[in-house]
Amino acid sequence: MNQQRPINLDLTKFSFPLPALTSITHRVAGVILFVGIIFLLCALSCSLESPEGFAATKQAMTTGFGSFITWGLLSALAYHFVAGVKHLLMDLGIGETKESGLYAAIFTIIASGILIILAGVWVWA
Amino acid sequence: MGVSVTNFSRNGLSDWIVQRFSAVVLAVYTVFIVGYLLANPGLEYAQWKEFFSCTAVRIFTLLALVSTVAHAWIGMWTIATDYFKPAALRFVFQLVCFLAIFVYFVWGIEIIWGV
Repeated sequence: MNQQRPINLDLTKFSFPLPALTSITHRVAGVILFVGIIFLLCALSCSLESPEGFAATKQAMTTGFGSFITWGLLSALAYHFVAGVKHLLMDLGIGETKESGLYAAIFTIIASGILIILAGVWVWA
Repeated sequence: MGVSVTNFSRNGLSDWIVQRFSAVVLAVYTVFIVGYLLANPGLEYAQWKEFFSCTAVRIFTLLALVSTVAHAWIGMWTIATDYFKPAALRFVFQLVCFLAIFVYFVWGIEIIWGV
């Protein structure tokens, strides 16, 4: 074994390639969605309970602080969706090389960025 | 070897395929629900309730819920075993994840079939 191998790497001093950053963001979005299921189940439960509950859920999800939670969860969902589809394509052997992996990462950012903007339009417009 | 005791199916390859299958189910369900909401901008309670009273929608939602259980466990297991080196910390994290997923599962079934 190489005795000079680096140990106790300082991750804050790394310059990560873009595909690495989109990969870690995929995980972060997944954790956000995992916690966000609480809000989604709350919304589903309340909205199906009564007409008043439906109106209250709609109000809570589209105004004030609640609208930011809705947009945040839609954004995490959009990113996780796009990055997940990229993962499935890579499983099929598409975008696996160093070059095409970079393009796939750029595409993930652009496509999810567009969806996140559209989600904002959906929530607030 | 120690960490593989808590993975979803005791088998990495099987976990891998379960993660892909559940991902496809959740992606299709997401498109289905978002598409329904976009197609019905002025949605009212009666229509929403009728939508979730439909057996096909309930079955699809239950399938999405079961997929969420598997997908979330495998995803959180991956994160736990990648980032939490101390066994005690990893154990507590996985316990919290298990409890959350169990509550989601029971609560979700109650919402879907309790309408």
